[in-house]
This record gives sequence, C-alpha cells and structure tokens, in this order.
Amino acid sequence: MTTTIFVPRDSTALALGADEVAQAIAREAARRGDDVRIVRNGSRGMFWLEPLVEVRTDAGRVAYGPVTEDDVAALFDADFLAGGAHPLAHGPTDEMPFLKNQERLTFARVGITDPLSLDDYIAHEGFAGLTRALSMTPAQIVQEVLDSGLRGRGGAAFPTGIKWKTVLAAQAPVKYIVCNADEGDSGTFSDRMVMEDDPFMLIEGMTIAGLAVGAEAGYIYTRSEYPHAIAATEAAIEIATQAGWLGDNIRGSGRRFRLEVRKGAGAYVCGEETALLESLEGKRGVVRAKPPLPALKGLFGQPTVINNVISLATVPVILARGAAFYQNYGMGRSRGTLPFQLAGNIRQGGLVEKAFGITLRQLMIDFGGGTRSGRAIRAVQVGGPLGAYLPEARFDTPIDYEAYAAFGAVVGHGGIVVFDETVDMAKMARYAMHFCAIESCGKCTPCRIGSTRGVEVIDRIIAGDEPVKHVALVRDLCDTMLAGSLCAMGGMTPYPVLSALNEFPEDFGLSAKPAKAA
Amino acid sequence: MPQFATPTASAGNEGADAIARIVAAKRDMPGALLPILHEIQDRHGFIPDDAVPTIARALNLSRAEVHGVITFYHHFRQQPAGRHVVQVCRAEACQSVGAEALAAHACKALRCDFHETTPDGQFTLEPVYCLGQCATGPAMTIGEKLYARVDAQRFDKLIDALRDDAEVRA
Repeated sequence: MTTTIFVPRDSTALALGADEVAQAIAREAARRGDDVRIVRNGSRGMFWLEPLVEVRTDAGRVAYGPVTEDDVAALFDADFLAGGAHPLAHGPTDEMPFLKNQERLTFARVGITDPLSLDDYIAHEGFAGLTRALSMTPAQIVQEVLDSGLRGRGGAAFPTGIKWKTVLAAQAPVKYIVCNADEGDSGTFSDRMVMEDDPFMLIEGMTIAGLAVGAEAGYIYTRSEYPHAIAATEAAIEIATQAGWLGDNIRGSGRRFRLEVRKGAGAYVCGEETALLESLEGKRGVVRAKPPLPALKGLFGQPTVINNVISLATVPVILARGAAFYQNYGMGRSRGTLPFQLAGNIRQGGLVEKAFGITLRQLMIDFGGGTRSGRAIRAVQVGGPLGAYLPEARFDTPIDYEAYAAFGAVVGHGGIVVFDETVDMAKMARYAMHFCAIESCGKCTPCRIGSTRGVEVIDRIIAGDEPVKHVALVRDLCDTMLAGSLCAMGGMTPYPVLSALNEFPEDFGLSAKPAKAA
Repeated sequence: MPQFATPTASAGNEGADAIARIVAAKRDMPGALLPILHEIQDRHGFIPDDAVPTIARALNLSRAEVHGVITFYHHFRQQPAGRHVVQVCRAEACQSVGAEALAAHACKALRCDFHETTPDGQFTLEPVYCLGQCATGPAMTIGEKLYARVDAQRFDKLIDALRDDAEVRA
C-alpha cells in the first residue's frame, strides 16, 4: 500500500530545509523498501514547526515537526508511516489547537492541498465561486461582494464592492484587474502564502473580478524578493489556462480573461496603488495625485480594479458560500475574517485566520505562546512599517478597523510584529524615519525631506542632546508629514514614531508615562 | 564613491547582441521596460551602460528616462556584483529577533559594509527589507537560496562552505 507523505514547498519550509527533508524521506523509504508518495503541499502556517511533515493514516493526517534531515531515519524507526509515536509527533494535524481554533475561510485549503494540483483544488471547493459567477450578471456579482462587507485587505480597508461598482459603471473599451501583491510590510506573509500555497484561489478571484466589471486582462504585480511565489503563480496560470479556467473561452462560457505576473524591483512604495500602476507601465514608481481614481483612470489610463491579494483571494469563498455566510463573521463594520500574521519575537509564529473581534492578547498568547525569547512583550507593531507601536494597554481591544483608527493605529494587512522588553523604542522610531528616507518616491517634500530630517533629529535625541526640545521638533515634523504628504508612505510614517514617543517616552530620555488605571 | 567615478560597465559585443535580442522580444509588451531590465539583469548580472541607448530607442524613451527607472529601483544594479550576493533582512520583524547583530556580524565576517563587494569579488553584501519569513527571522538569502532563523554561527557556516567551494574550483 502506498503511504502519502506531505512535505511543504512553502518558502519558509524551504528556508528551514524542507527540500533536504523530502529527499531524505525518499532515500530512506527506498532503502527500506517502503512504498511512499511524497506530496509537496503548502504550509499549514505553523512556521515554528516547519518543516512540518504529515503522513496520511487511517485516522487522518498526522503531523511531525520540526523535522530535520537527521530525524528522518528515527521517524521511520518509529513507524511514522502508520502514525507512530515520536518526540516530534503532534497527533492529528487538524486537532492541533493552533489550527483547530482558527476560522479559516480564505485559507481553508492552504497547507492541505498540493498548490499546483487542479484536482486537489477542485476537490476542495475550488472554482465553485467562479462556476457560480459564470451564471450571474456582472451587477449581481458586484452586489454579492458588496453585501459580504469585504473591505480591502491591503490596509486601506476600502469596501471592495464599491470599487468594483465604480469600475463596472465606467464606460471604456478596455478595463483591467490589477492584483497588488507587492507585500513589502515587514511582519506580513499572507499574500506570499496565497501565491505559493494556493495560487488557483487568486486566479479564481481575479477571474471573478474580471467577470464582475467587464475586464479581460489582469496583472499580478509582485516582488522580486518573492521568487517562489512568482514561480508557483506562473505555473498555476499555465495549468489553469491549459484546463480552460483562463483564456479566451472560460469553461465554454464565451467569456475571456487572461493573466500575467509582473515583477517589481525592490521599491516598497510600489505597494501604494498609484505608484504600482506607474511601475506596471514601465516607469519609476512615483505616486500619482488622486483624483483621478484608478477605478476611473488607472492602468494605461483605463478603469482599473486594484485590490490586494487577500481581498481577491477571499472573493471565491464569498461567491461559493454566499455573501451572508461571509458577512456573518466579524464585528461592527469589519466583516468576515482576517488572516493575521504572527511575526517577530514570537514562540509560535505563523498564520492565524480569525474573525474580526479577536484581541492581540489572544493572538499573541493563546496562539503565539508569548515571545520566542521568553521575555515579557513590551511593544507590538500592527499593520506594517507604517503602523503604530502598541503597548500592553491595547492588548485587549477587539481588533476592528474602526476601533484601531480611534487611537491612531491601523489593522492594515494584519501583520503583528512582537518585540520583547529589550527593544529600544527610540531606535525603532529612528528606523521608521530611516526606512521612509530609503523608500520615499521623492515626489512630495514632507516625505522626501522630512524623513531625512527625522532621522537626524532622532539621532540627537538618542545622543541626549536637548531631548525635550528635539522631541517637540520631531512632533512638529510628524505633523507636517501627516498632513502634507501625498500618500501613506510619508503620511503614516509618523504613526510608529509618534506612538513610540507617546507610549515609551523613557526611551527618548523623557520622564516615563505616568501609570494610569486601565 | 559617486557612481560616475567608476569605469563604464559594458556588456561587450556578444552581450550587446543578446541585449538587442531581449529588447526586440519584449518591446511590444505593455509596460515593457521593467520586464526588459529584469531579463537583462538576470542574464548579465547587471544592466550595462551600453544597454541604455538600445532600450531607449526601442521603447521611444529618452536615455534619461531609462536611466531614471534603472536608478529608482533598488533591485537593478549598474555594476557587476560579487560572485555571491548575500542579502540580510533588516526590517522590523527580523530586528526583533536579532537581525541587527547578524548584520553587524555579516560586515565583520565578510570584511565589507552593506552595498559593498569583498575585495576578492566573492561576496556582495546587501540589505533587504523583508523576505516574507517574518515568523522565522532573522532571514537572509545567498544567491537564490533562502535561509531562516540565521544566527552568527550559521552565517559563518553558510559563507565558509561557499569560500571552500570557491577554492576547490579555482
């Protein structure tokens, strides 16, 4: 009997030796005469356990990890092919609390399937959404997305359905779907996981978007730092085209949609949608003034839907299960789920998809198990390099877009970077300005010049040179950047800087914040 | 050192033909410039100065516009890199687990600073701002290969393996 073994091909697993483990398993099985089939699945998103090897048994899939090349012989000795006991064994994968307690809607298939197996994809509800969309009118599809309450998962949280409605109503001979896969925020990897571990889902979502607004061409703009994601997505596009899920006559419907992956070149600002469009057009990634909105004048001057990977990847489940199903998750005006990414100094880092309304403490402690270093958590940056640093007082606020905005923070793309008590917040504030100086597109003055001046002034504060006076200067500078920048790059760099100043003044040579009753 | 002080990086005759072929094959793509630059760099390791007029002519752009694009993006290089490009992530998530100590160690171990190449031409050290390995930092790449949870010891082991390899081949 052939035993199926799963060894992930996700790049985090590869970075921790998954290829070597897969080869060792194949060698050892051949040596012992065991009949095995190795499937290179996506990652379950439990990165502290990668490479996480799973074996399909009569009792379901059982997990072993983190497995190194050197563990392989011992695993065979322990009869892991039958789910045998071993110090690295975790029992049935789906029963592991980290996975069991999630609400995986967008990531339902991720880690379970072979990312490039169309059969796997279809067997797990793949293309159910597109199949339904093919029987609907464009207005009906748009309405379904509107009713789901889905908001842009890239960070701005603009209602996806409204964007689509604007593009649908625009009169133009050519329209485009652009996927913003320029996931440059530190602490985020959910877009990367979709592209590497379930690329057909993104293809399906973009095709549905095309049907909804009348676009026949789409581009996935991603990062040169993501070669594995590019390779997997391009391979999936080829497979989907061969099978008639993309191309000039989608599954015989007479509808047309084609897709292409385009590679960025290491410019963080190209994650800003108008800079991204400039880059796609072959120019420097310089931000455009709005209006005109990309929905009306976007790529090559045509009406363009530009959505984040997670927004587009969530569309298939909404179409497959219906708007009400998705809308039923979440709180307030933040509907559905968000694939949170537990990153930085965290013991159990990885992907946690949960409905809005969960708290940071639940994510970091219940799922994350606290810091990797074992020290206390001091600060958490939520929402990428432009997101605020949050102190413990914010750990119990249910996460939703409005609740975070109310105290000057952002949920953003759901990246959560944990820092322990050794962190120096003045250094992190300096880094935020430094990063902005490196990555500014240079079009507007507050961002281009302000970031460099910000680094200089924070350097003086760190050197103990009149901190009170210089902190006032930094605040003034942040005010200018907030109000005067053209886009979020300069406009939000003050978030991490000001939050560090407000919550951790002692790191800047000022007196500590008075402890107040919660 | 300002870039104009370095000698002109040329592709040579053979290189020029290859570049002309890349440009001809891609010039009609919508937004062709980035795909062209990527392919030239993938093949040659950098964008030679004499590629610029060829590209400009084919895409009906000024040389200044092409130069502007090449220099805007961190990924494109105008000079050949060392034999192995080492990228160390310096973004927040990796910083939270010791990336700055690793960065300092990398400079010391390679005896060169970031954005520099070792005198023997073996290694070019570069910062990178996120490799998407944020739950398993510090992360780095050597060439195409990705590594997670890298500490100073592991860094030395990976680099030394390449040094030995270089000696054997030489």
